[in-house]
Amino acid sequence: MCGIISVVDRAGNRMDGSKIKKALSLMDERGSGEGAGYAAYGVYPEFADCYALHVFFDNIVETKSFVDDLLKIWGTIEHDEEIPTFEGPNLKKVHTPWRYFFRPDASLMSGTPSPEEDIVTYLVMKVNTSIPGALVYSSGKNIGVFKAAGWPEDVADFYRIQDYEGYIWLAHNRYPTNTKGWWGGAHPFNLLDWSVIHNGEITSYGTNRRYIESFGYRCTMFTDTEVVAYLVDLLARKHGLDEEMAVRALAPPFWDDIDAMPRKEKEMNLAIRLAYGSAMMNGPFAIVVANSEGICGFSDRIKLRPLIAAEKGDRLYISSEEAAIRCMEPELDRVWMPRAGEPVIGRVR
Amino acid sequence: MVLRIDATGLHYTPLNRQVRAAVRDGETEIVIDNVLGQRFIADGLCGEVRITVNGVPGGDLGMFMRGPTVIVNGNADHAPGNTMDGGTIIIHGSAGDAVAHSMRGGRVFVRDDIGYRGGIHMKEYEEKRPCLVVGGSARSYLGEYMAGGIVLLLRLGDTGPFVERGIASGIHGGEVYIRGEVDPGCLAIGAKVLPLDEERRARIRPLIEEFCRYFGEDPAPLIAADYTRIGPASARPFAGKYVWE
Repeated sequence: MCGIISVVDRAGNRMDGSKIKKALSLMDERGSGEGAGYAAYGVYPEFADCYALHVFFDNIVETKSFVDDLLKIWGTIEHDEEIPTFEGPNLKKVHTPWRYFFRPDASLMSGTPSPEEDIVTYLVMKVNTSIPGALVYSSGKNIGVFKAAGWPEDVADFYRIQDYEGYIWLAHNRYPTNTKGWWGGAHPFNLLDWSVIHNGEITSYGTNRRYIESFGYRCTMFTDTEVVAYLVDLLARKHGLDEEMAVRALAPPFWDDIDAMPRKEKEMNLAIRLAYGSAMMNGPFAIVVANSEGICGFSDRIKLRPLIAAEKGDRLYISSEEAAIRCMEPELDRVWMPRAGEPVIGRVR
Repeated sequence: MVLRIDATGLHYTPLNRQVRAAVRDGETEIVIDNVLGQRFIADGLCGEVRITVNGVPGGDLGMFMRGPTVIVNGNADHAPGNTMDGGTIIIHGSAGDAVAHSMRGGRVFVRDDIGYRGGIHMKEYEEKRPCLVVGGSARSYLGEYMAGGIVLLLRLGDTGPFVERGIASGIHGGEVYIRGEVDPGCLAIGAKVLPLDEERRARIRPLIEEFCRYFGEDPAPLIAADYTRIGPASARPFAGKYVWE
């Protein structure tokens, strides 16, 4: 199970989090109260040029100075503060969520076309693997992930999600199956500009993890979805594949379908399957990936998880259930079920 | 007397309790307004009652139901008619994946399209023969692991051959009727095209007529149309795949 819903306003208009809270809570049955979360793009306009690092601290007194020191080696902390939270009867503060607005010093990373991003990626992996009691779970510019182990409505109230405004929202309600529910294991998963929500399981996790770790990424969150965020970062950011090609690598057409394609298309699909065999994801999944330019939803190629898309004016919605979309927007221009393995893309103009 | 229930903001548990209590008290006509995502509507209900669902219900509508008629004015989610035993579901809209999942009696009519795995594992026993009739189209794995019953796909508005992969994968009982031609490459393991004789035409004719009555279509061209009839190639399609004898 698990429930997902996402929306992009293609004109870039921002929406507060109140409606997506209602929509995600409508799918409470898809979760188990052990993980829920929201990601919003455009939430920090006053620090739009800084990387917003969200960190779960187990202990502010002992752990935080290690993170502060590490960040100061690699750049400047423009501002940092505890993320405002509001405990309720069903959700107590297990970790302290903190946010840094961080400006990396690009001159410190040589030999790469994207030094700032590589510094931030390095810092995320470094903190998560070497500073016990600290976990960076959100690291993009003008992006915030807000998640915890709880029901959708309790997590939303904990962060007062209605106080944030974004032009893209992703929301996820977790039903943990293969690993236990915990704060870091709630979705969305984020790295830099990328955020991922996922319903299902990546049964090829072992292969995918070995592949992605050979490029320097480190999986630290005890759940399969994390690997999707890193695969997308590798394919789309580092290797420059567009959304269609990245989805094709992750959920490729069947061999018999490739055999039946015209020559040029066949060669291209063969090349993708051969180059990215270890990035191919097996198992049941419905996934939405976002970056600052839009959202992209797709399911596994034999459609073992639900995925519904809808449009109303500038807004494109992707969700597990039509009812959740109609909870946000009762009258829709168009509702459809995307084909298995085919991406639905909503770009900000 | 018609009992009206306003489902606005109501969780499925209190909603379904109200419906069950009403049926127990002898109510025969129930209208549920403002339905939005409530699951399990009419599940396990028995008897002669007509339930109208106005809105978009959640999954597993009419699961284990035996007898009632449920009319949905909206799109249904996954698996309406799941393991249904008797009665009728009429959906004025589309439906999600696994429609009529494991159905063992009664009839499900969907005006528009259905998702993947429609009619998966439908079964039949003596006089119990479930039917799924779809006005629009269906996605891959239609009639997967079917063990009985009838799936009828009318494909209104579609003219080309049906090209969804994996039709009737592992079928070992029952029949799938698809209006028009079916791409042979789309037939899955265990499925076979069978001749459509007059007896079979007579078998689907009442289903076409009933569909047209509900949705205001003209039955004549649908009765006269050509259908591809698909059934099991053998009673044990995976005999050589999972066992060694």
